[in-house]
Amino acid sequence: MSKETFIMPAYIPPKARSLFEPHRLFLMTVFVAIVFCAAWFMRWDWLPRYGERLAYGVWQTLILLFWSSIVGFLFAVPIGLVQVTGPRPLAWLARGFCSIIRGTPILLQLWLLYYGLGSIFAQYPELRSSFLWPYLRQAWPYGFTSLMISFAAYEGEVMRGAFAGVPRGELEAARAFGMGRFTMFRRIWLPRAIHRALPTLSGETVLQLKSTPLVATITVIDVYAVISRVRQDTFLTYEPLLLLALIYLCLTGILVAAFRFLESRVPTRET
Amino acid sequence: MPSGLELLSLSPPGWGGVMLAGLVASLELAVGGYLLGLAIGVGGAFGKLYGGPILRDLLEVYTTVIRAVPELVLILLLYYAGTDAVSQLFLLVGLPAVDISGLAAGIFVIGVVQGAYSTEVLRGAIKAVPSGQIEAARAYGMSPLLTLRRVTLPAMLPHAIPGLANLWMIATKDTALLAVVGFSELTLVTRQAAGSTKAYMTFYLAAGMLYLLVTLVSNIVIALIERHARRGMPRTGWT
Repeated sequence: MSKETFIMPAYIPPKARSLFEPHRLFLMTVFVAIVFCAAWFMRWDWLPRYGERLAYGVWQTLILLFWSSIVGFLFAVPIGLVQVTGPRPLAWLARGFCSIIRGTPILLQLWLLYYGLGSIFAQYPELRSSFLWPYLRQAWPYGFTSLMISFAAYEGEVMRGAFAGVPRGELEAARAFGMGRFTMFRRIWLPRAIHRALPTLSGETVLQLKSTPLVATITVIDVYAVISRVRQDTFLTYEPLLLLALIYLCLTGILVAAFRFLESRVPTRET
Repeated sequence: MPSGLELLSLSPPGWGGVMLAGLVASLELAVGGYLLGLAIGVGGAFGKLYGGPILRDLLEVYTTVIRAVPELVLILLLYYAGTDAVSQLFLLVGLPAVDISGLAAGIFVIGVVQGAYSTEVLRGAIKAVPSGQIEAARAYGMSPLLTLRRVTLPAMLPHAIPGLANLWMIATKDTALLAVVGFSELTLVTRQAAGSTKAYMTFYLAAGMLYLLVTLVSNIVIALIERHARRGMPRTGWT
């Protein structure tokens, strides 16, 4: 062999590939064989018994994801905005909030809220007798709050960049049209910033989905908790976890597809 | 019952020493996992760019699956699968079964997860190296390894550093997830300390400070490294 063949070529962008190239057909056959083996040789007899509970778990995960993302996003908008135009102290506060939340693991935040705040709340008899107590005794408010806070911090950072990235000329044009500050924000600045943040929003939401199973560690029932229950009941190690991985793969795929659809709906003009 | 800062003192009535040991375990995990991930990432990035079609597709599957499934689930799967596989292997070879240390398993898990992300970061960075530079190295008659060492890796480094810095932050925070499989790193140690003293707030806040300290120190070091990697580059042009 000549030395020539070893030399690494510079990067050549790959041709658009179809699914039905020979090597892909081969890989797909291997993959189907693996799936068949997994279905045939592993134990799946528990699946029908837990089907209903699994569906409930998936539903809970999705609800948690949906609401914590929406509320978190509502907080992220002001957090991003004050960092761009707000008064100094507010901007510092927002920046500090973002760095603290982004600098510590979400598992720790979750446990801090659930065990730490939970234990503090329990010390106040006024709180224990108030109408809030039935909610504060449960685990899901803490899980929701912690997920929401983390989404607000990560997305706040994104929104800061998005607000700062809206071209000045567009805001000046809005001014020239005689829009007030609020109208300008509502009609120009916010929509343009959200449009700019949309591609990262999809990534952040996938990250958020990947954080949701952590709430199972504080006894919230989601799909991960259901699978843990299956593992305890059946003493199986791999089968439930593989199914769980498959469920999350599907959820991520659906989420990414939904965001791609949303992005394609927003008209853009190439400049 | 000691309270407040006494609980955090380094000697046994306080849990400070235990927590620092947990922090050290966390950092060992993070550094080991990050380096393993970097090694996987370099291999993966070159495989994706220059490998054959089958290798490319397999790497694509690897990065897609790892990035789509929650780290918690991956950690459980890889932790059990990894330790199982090693003990099976030892049985096959005929060696006596050994206990795999939690640290090794943890580093393996974090490394595999990080590998998928750093593959993508490094692939993007290598693509940003002007192809003329690599062709020039070829024209000088450099072997592929020498090209890699002298041209591709140093030239891509400035493009890769922001992504790699981000990955380091993720690595330090992902170590907390190993608390779920019972590895005594900072978060689990904190939970034990808090549980046995009932001073939940004190310990969780202290652990948060420690993590934050790691992040802040990392930020300073990263800024230094970035300045070093960008030396000789035009100041404007890239953001």
